[in-house]
Amino acid sequence: MAAESNGNGTLESYLKLPQIKFTKLFINGQFVDSVSGRTFETIDPRTGEVIANIAEGDKKDVDLAVQAARDAFDHGPWPRLPGVERRKILMKFADLIDEHTEELAKLDAIDAGKLVHLAKIMEIPEAAETLRYYAGAADKIHGETLKMSRELQGYTLHEPMGVVGHIIPWNFPSTMFTMKVGPALAAGCTMIVKPAEQTPLSALYYAHLAKLAGIPDGVLNVVTGFGHTAGAALSSHMDVDMISFTGSTEVGRLVMQAAATSNLKPVCLELGGKSPFMIFDDADVDKVAELALQGSYFNKGEICVAGSRVFVQEGIYVKFLIKLKEKVKNWVVGDPFEPTSHYGPQVDKKQYERVLSYIEKGKKEGATLFHGGKALDRKGYYIEPTIFIDVTDDMTIAKEEIFGPVMSIFKFKTVEEVIKRANASKYGLAAGVMTNDLNIANTVSRSIRAGAIWMNCYFAFDRDSPYGGYKMSGFGRDLGMDGLKKYLQVKSVVTPIYNSPWL
Amino acid sequence: MAIESNGKKTEFSVMIPDVKFTKLFINGNFVDSVSGKTFETIDPRTGDPIARIAEGDTEDVDLAVKAAREAFDNGPWPRLPGQGRRRLMMKLADLIEQNVEEIAALEALEAGKLYSLLKNMDIPAAAETLRYYAGAADKIHGETLKMSRDLQGYTLCEPIGVVGVIIPWNYPCNLMFIKFAPALAAGCTVVVKPSEETSLSALFCAHLVKEAGFPDGVFNVVPGYGHTAGAAISSHMDIDKVTFTGSTKVGRLVMVAAAKSNLKPVSLELGGKNPLIVCDDADVETAATIVLLGSLWNKGELCVSSSRILIQEGIYEELSKKLVEKAQKWVVGDPFDPRTQQGPQVNQVQFDKILSYIELGKAEGATLLTGGKRCSERGFYIEPTIFTDVQDHMRIAKEEIFGPVISLMKFKTIEEAIKRANATTYGLAAGILTKDLNIANTVSRSIRAGSIWINCYAVFDRDCPYGGYKMSGFGRDLGMKALDQYLQVKAVVTPLYNSPWL
Repeated sequence: MAAESNGNGTLESYLKLPQIKFTKLFINGQFVDSVSGRTFETIDPRTGEVIANIAEGDKKDVDLAVQAARDAFDHGPWPRLPGVERRKILMKFADLIDEHTEELAKLDAIDAGKLVHLAKIMEIPEAAETLRYYAGAADKIHGETLKMSRELQGYTLHEPMGVVGHIIPWNFPSTMFTMKVGPALAAGCTMIVKPAEQTPLSALYYAHLAKLAGIPDGVLNVVTGFGHTAGAALSSHMDVDMISFTGSTEVGRLVMQAAATSNLKPVCLELGGKSPFMIFDDADVDKVAELALQGSYFNKGEICVAGSRVFVQEGIYVKFLIKLKEKVKNWVVGDPFEPTSHYGPQVDKKQYERVLSYIEKGKKEGATLFHGGKALDRKGYYIEPTIFIDVTDDMTIAKEEIFGPVMSIFKFKTVEEVIKRANASKYGLAAGVMTNDLNIANTVSRSIRAGAIWMNCYFAFDRDSPYGGYKMSGFGRDLGMDGLKKYLQVKSVVTPIYNSPWL
Repeated sequence: MAIESNGKKTEFSVMIPDVKFTKLFINGNFVDSVSGKTFETIDPRTGDPIARIAEGDTEDVDLAVKAAREAFDNGPWPRLPGQGRRRLMMKLADLIEQNVEEIAALEALEAGKLYSLLKNMDIPAAAETLRYYAGAADKIHGETLKMSRDLQGYTLCEPIGVVGVIIPWNYPCNLMFIKFAPALAAGCTVVVKPSEETSLSALFCAHLVKEAGFPDGVFNVVPGYGHTAGAAISSHMDIDKVTFTGSTKVGRLVMVAAAKSNLKPVSLELGGKNPLIVCDDADVETAATIVLLGSLWNKGELCVSSSRILIQEGIYEELSKKLVEKAQKWVVGDPFDPRTQQGPQVNQVQFDKILSYIELGKAEGATLLTGGKRCSERGFYIEPTIFTDVQDHMRIAKEEIFGPVISLMKFKTIEEAIKRANATTYGLAAGILTKDLNIANTVSRSIRAGSIWINCYAVFDRDCPYGGYKMSGFGRDLGMKALDQYLQVKAVVTPLYNSPWL
């Protein structure tokens, strides 16, 4: 049984609410009310209570933000600065994030139920490092001279795309913010960020830090609001040059359609997943049990690359289940401010109810509930770490993305079989391969149709490693130097030459 | 005055071949459409039908995709080393050259394109494109990564899978090869939907694909209409990627269909209203030649055609005069006649559209300097047409006409020319004629378009990426960049122990 928070720190935890300093839209370097004057509530998932009222951006606000970004791009200094100058400002931005790590960690904790201690030592510093990675790339963006087949000089220029829209989700507000904004700024673009309505707080704080760092007015704008209003306005805006979207497959469709029916802007989509976590007979049971639990419960399962389908080879099956049962008991679900918590509450009521309904479906469809399965008996959206076994490939919980702390375990016999079953998904985001056998590792890593293959590890993200989906998990890559591509336009320039001594 | 065709084929010593291939090419075989339906393809020199082609629809696309899927998932093609794919692609290029006359004749017949140009330039260029990508097949590299902790990371560039290729009628063979050559080199399998106007050369090439020895299912061709076969491809749940060249209007439909179906990535090459800026210091004779070629090449049925000529005031009168002089000597006639410089427009719809734009130009107040009328009683021939005093707000200055209609516009300063050149929703190409290094550099960086030609125009090269900004589309064809469209980037990460460096 998952150990619940023992309540000793409860009152202090609630009192740890940081002061909410930024609640307005950030447009053209200023914090402003929405044109309509409307606001919306952002909720603390530990309690279900309102944290603050945030300005609600809609089409008119997006128009103002785009106008500011367009002016900043077409006439402002940002794209005209040499790469090294953009680097300096981005480095300053990263330093400011480091100086305010604690406050940012607390904002994400009360907004998204994310662990404060993990945010402080990992997520926020990593977000700053992502900015530094791209800051260092700003003066290394290369085109090519070409090998023309006749007397012509040809070269490509990689120009900033222009005004970019970023639509980011609620599960990793800080990580997503810098992952998108970093390369776009380095490339010389200007942008509008539409953070998820569940998690506006850190985005607005980042806007404040961006201004302090010296990012010129209009270069980075943040319009908080809802997807179907502000997000839709951004996707269908005639003067936005490109949209970078991370979120659900369902909304990804709407973004792409809106882009097509408006000004045919290119889009990049990072969508859902139902990633397979494959454990072979020769794996170290102790290590992989730990990794498997991380794979399903990290960030309360609210992670697109969750290894939610755990395939265990029959030779190791029983040993694995025993180890799993042993280790899952150590998982503490509690207040994200408590350093002993392994994970906090689901982000909001809707997600909480959705996860619980998937658990019911799992039971109804005949899977065996091996562990957990219930909500915690306390205020807030807390759910126990849940494990289903005897899951068959055709069950709903085997096919649909649950986005919660629910693991499904499947048994397999051969390598060929597990490859086939792992690939039998419309998604293709990530996969885990647990084996020390070189040949199995090579075969499986090449055969799984997914954008990230983690061998004997999981969630091994790194700034230099491109990340993105195959199939209905989306297209386009974030991170790595590949992450810059979508924010650049390739232009070919061709001139006839005379008397060239070579060709 | 333009010389007209007198209709006697043999006078030009060109054998117009029998049409041999009119069926769908699926899984290595020429088959009828499931429905048994056929459609006509028309000769634009006369408006008469040439042949009936099998009409593919959703069910035929399903069969083609099934074959391509099987060939990709289980067949040899992606499992061949790069040099294996190279060998077959080189063989196909050789067969194309051996059959250049027949392919050129088919395309001249269907699209009204110039036979001698097809034989000596277009079709050999298509074969060369094939060879370019054949040579790339064994040079597709991923990268090892600089991880920030004890991890080994590398990227694999894998073939994306089954690719849908939807191509237009203005460069049937060239555009087909530009799309499928990199796809095949990458290890993908393809389903091609040629334009209903121009299916014959695609089907002939399918025959050569079979002769070359490609495995069944790797290359499939489904002729038919856009709203049936094309739509079936865009919305197919088992196609991994669609690459489209055509109108902006249809590009939208393709992207929406991709979004609504399986969220397949798309790349789009759409229209253009491309500016050609001529500065005071340009040589008038050379400029006139370049402008005419840029605007009249392929009877103006060219997405990069220079349809807005911005001429600096110092040279305006002289250049306009020279342009009219040359345009009036321009030979419009039978595409099989080696003297012809401009054949008929591709079909009645285009013909009517261009003539109506000419009327519009006159109605909007532009001054007609030369041309403006059809050339002959039969066929879709239009005189090279030049308007002057064209204002930016006129529809003939903003909308893509896709015909032999040139709009001349006067400018004073370079800054003004840049601003006006960029004031369009399109961004496909642009040209600048000047001897001045600084003007050339400033203008080439300031125009928001995918291809900038300095002192030349419509210069394509295999190693040179080509594609649009803004509403001219996204994605690049040609060059090594084009391979990106047909590859998936996969990151593979493993923990390391005791690595002596990081």
